[in-house]
Amino acid sequence: MDDERAVVATAVLVNGQRREVRTEQDTALLYVLRNHLGLKGTRFGCGLGLCGACLVLVDGLVTYSCDTPLWAVQDKEVTTVEGLGTSDQPHPVTRALIAGQAAQCGYCLSGVIIAAVGLLGRNADPSDEEVRAALDGNLCRCGAHNRIVRAVLEAAAELRADPERTA
Amino acid sequence: MNPPQVIGLPPSVVANPRLGDWLRVLPAGLIEVRPGKVELGQGVLTALAQVAAEELDVSLARVRMMPAVTGLSPDEGYTSGSLSVQHSGAALRLVCAEAREQYLAAAAARLGVPADKLTVADGQILAPNGRASSYWELADAGLLDRPATGGYQPKPVSAYRVVGASLPRLDLPDKLTGRPRYAHDLAPDGLCYGRIIRPPSRGATLAHLDPAAALALPGVLTVVRDSSFLGVVAEREEVALRAADRLRADASWERRPTLPDPADLPAFLRSAAAETTVLAERGGPPPPGQVAASVEATYHRPYLAHASMGPSSATALVSDQGGPRLRVWSHTQGVYPLRAELARALGLAEDDITVTHVAGAGCYGHNGADDVALDAALLAMAVPGRPVQVTWSRADELGWAPFGPAAVVRLTAEADRTGNVLFWRHQIWGNGHTTRPGSNPAVALLAAGHRAGGRDIEAAAEPPMSRGGGAGRNSVPGYDFPGYQIVNHRLLDMPLRTSALRSLGAFVNVFAAESFMDELATAAGRDPVEYRLACLADPRARAVVEAAARRSGWGSWPPAESIGHGIGFARYKNTSAYCAVVAEVAAVTEIRVRRLTIAVDAGLIINPDGAVNQVEGGAIQATSWALKEQVRFDRYGVTSDSWETYPILRFSEVPAVDVELLPGHENPALGIGETAQGPTAAAIGNAVYDALGVRVRTLPLTAERVLAAMPD
Repeated sequence: MDDERAVVATAVLVNGQRREVRTEQDTALLYVLRNHLGLKGTRFGCGLGLCGACLVLVDGLVTYSCDTPLWAVQDKEVTTVEGLGTSDQPHPVTRALIAGQAAQCGYCLSGVIIAAVGLLGRNADPSDEEVRAALDGNLCRCGAHNRIVRAVLEAAAELRADPERTA
Repeated sequence: MNPPQVIGLPPSVVANPRLGDWLRVLPAGLIEVRPGKVELGQGVLTALAQVAAEELDVSLARVRMMPAVTGLSPDEGYTSGSLSVQHSGAALRLVCAEAREQYLAAAAARLGVPADKLTVADGQILAPNGRASSYWELADAGLLDRPATGGYQPKPVSAYRVVGASLPRLDLPDKLTGRPRYAHDLAPDGLCYGRIIRPPSRGATLAHLDPAAALALPGVLTVVRDSSFLGVVAEREEVALRAADRLRADASWERRPTLPDPADLPAFLRSAAAETTVLAERGGPPPPGQVAASVEATYHRPYLAHASMGPSSATALVSDQGGPRLRVWSHTQGVYPLRAELARALGLAEDDITVTHVAGAGCYGHNGADDVALDAALLAMAVPGRPVQVTWSRADELGWAPFGPAAVVRLTAEADRTGNVLFWRHQIWGNGHTTRPGSNPAVALLAAGHRAGGRDIEAAAEPPMSRGGGAGRNSVPGYDFPGYQIVNHRLLDMPLRTSALRSLGAFVNVFAAESFMDELATAAGRDPVEYRLACLADPRARAVVEAAARRSGWGSWPPAESIGHGIGFARYKNTSAYCAVVAEVAAVTEIRVRRLTIAVDAGLIINPDGAVNQVEGGAIQATSWALKEQVRFDRYGVTSDSWETYPILRFSEVPAVDVELLPGHENPALGIGETAQGPTAAAIGNAVYDALGVRVRTLPLTAERVLAAMPD
């Protein structure tokens, strides 16, 4: 515990870049990403792993960054929504979400995109029910759910037709 | 050129007449538009950009929507009540039409061509002789340094190309690719992080605090205590969180029970001290000879939480140099009312404060946005020169933000032999729906009451019915009943702070009235759609009911066990958009809503897909309220302070939603964001009755409530 509470330099691999941060080892990955690395796309929703706003990929696995301590991601690869694409060149899931105007406030969408990319990584051809099941850990208060599900299904179809586009 | 025709100025223009306050032409080929309304996640800035682009004859890509800032932006009060398109849209329409005329006059002088021979194409001003100029070439703030006159007629609806098109939201690409666009994302130089340690229960007072351990944590800048207001500022957010935990452990509070017995909330609501007002009445009770049946039913809704995905956040900076003393960045619904309330709270002049709007997570009414602005300001005053960002915890967001008020609604009706209503009584018991800053004798910001000498926010008032009412919203029947009386019992104490939540009283009033309509139809052996149409003369109202019935295949469903259908209808505020909803539910171990078929008439639609998105979202949120949501509390405080104790509808539980927008027929644009709330809940309740033969009059419609409503 004392070790966790000492401010130390820790190297992390985020979106393909090795970065060094100085904080306590038990600091939640969420704050490392948002404040130390300036990656504001990963969002605080509850701090308890109950809403999905803070999801990131850790070695490809969908992970709550709000209750994952920094020490747990050492030597692992973290991917945030910023690592998936840009507003000029969005990820196919993001592009489908924008094309379908599948958002209102947008706050939950980073986590939704991460959960959807995680799903499509293990199931390239999900059904409507499978998309909903995969997103059940993501809360959306504005009621954009059905548009989001449609967009994920469209992105999945697009990726199946042209798998190179994930790159 | 035809002589200008003077039209009435929209209220927002009367209050803010100078054209240059609303827009600027930039030589770089852009139009900067500065409405007083703010983006709440509803897409309003895109809709308003369409209005501006339409009147100016420029492409949407040339329009830059500027955030509302006190001192610069027109003061349009709050962004609330589904009025942004009506108010700000009408203002921008006129102001942009007049700005266009100014630029055409300048171009006419330069080109030597009468202004009425000029045309505009994406900002290029073209003369018949081939000469041309442009807004960008002529860009001159002096041209717009004049008041609007109302002397120019905006375009006719028939000429619209940008308005009425489903153009994509301007803000979504950034928001969906992780660009910093929210208040929570601000990162000015020198930013430090604050957290508030709220009392452990309502009315608790801080008896003793030992801040030494928190202050000893490396990176803690200061602990701020003012009576029972307690906060901490640290260099890093993780340190602020740890210090707040430490302070929570090292503080002792005196607690006392202040809340009603949660086991019988309806009894409390009906017996608490109240001010009784007749909100509306028509005609009188019918002669006894005509009355064939008298029916009565009582309905109840619980307190509801806003439960936005992003907890409230604000950043504040107190200057240690010149300029405004306090700057605040906030996702408030009203930068000017918040500035005025902060001035009251802090003893500053309004001119010493600047409030800038920054997007927040979805806003569905008066949430914690204004409260957290005072939190941030109080902490910033302890560290002048350093910006302080405060973000609420999930527990504080669900536990301390204002709630939509609980209520009891009792309906009685006298009907004739065919079941038609002769007289209708609608009584409401509950707290009011607005304690927004500017509406309350006390400073209406949470922290103000916790500080030394602070006073409690007073029980919410009832806005006049001419402005749509609060508790009374949609309590006046939209049907052509010969007589009615509407009575409101406004509670004079407010055990839990209540304020505006999407649709205000319309949610429970429409749930109750439309449930009751089905009860009356059933008693008379009549079809619910036919029963409604029989007392609905307004053709626009009839059209939405008929459209929802037709689109859902009303009456042609094959009989299926545990499946039911129901309808709900209302015209929001009795003056805004018309909405009818048909719900299909499956009632097995719990109620599941499978499909909502919705018809809406909101007059002129600026952005059809955006409007459909708002209706879909409202209906899904109302489904969540109706099926699952209830603020839970004990005698001391709110206990539903996590997503486990305050569950909302999840992806796998969301119904299919099918929305039809009826043609606008050149009717004026009506707000659309709240219209589906009440009709959706009523349609679900009526569908549950159709499925099970059980009338559930208490929300939410949980399995437990259905069981309780079953006859013994």
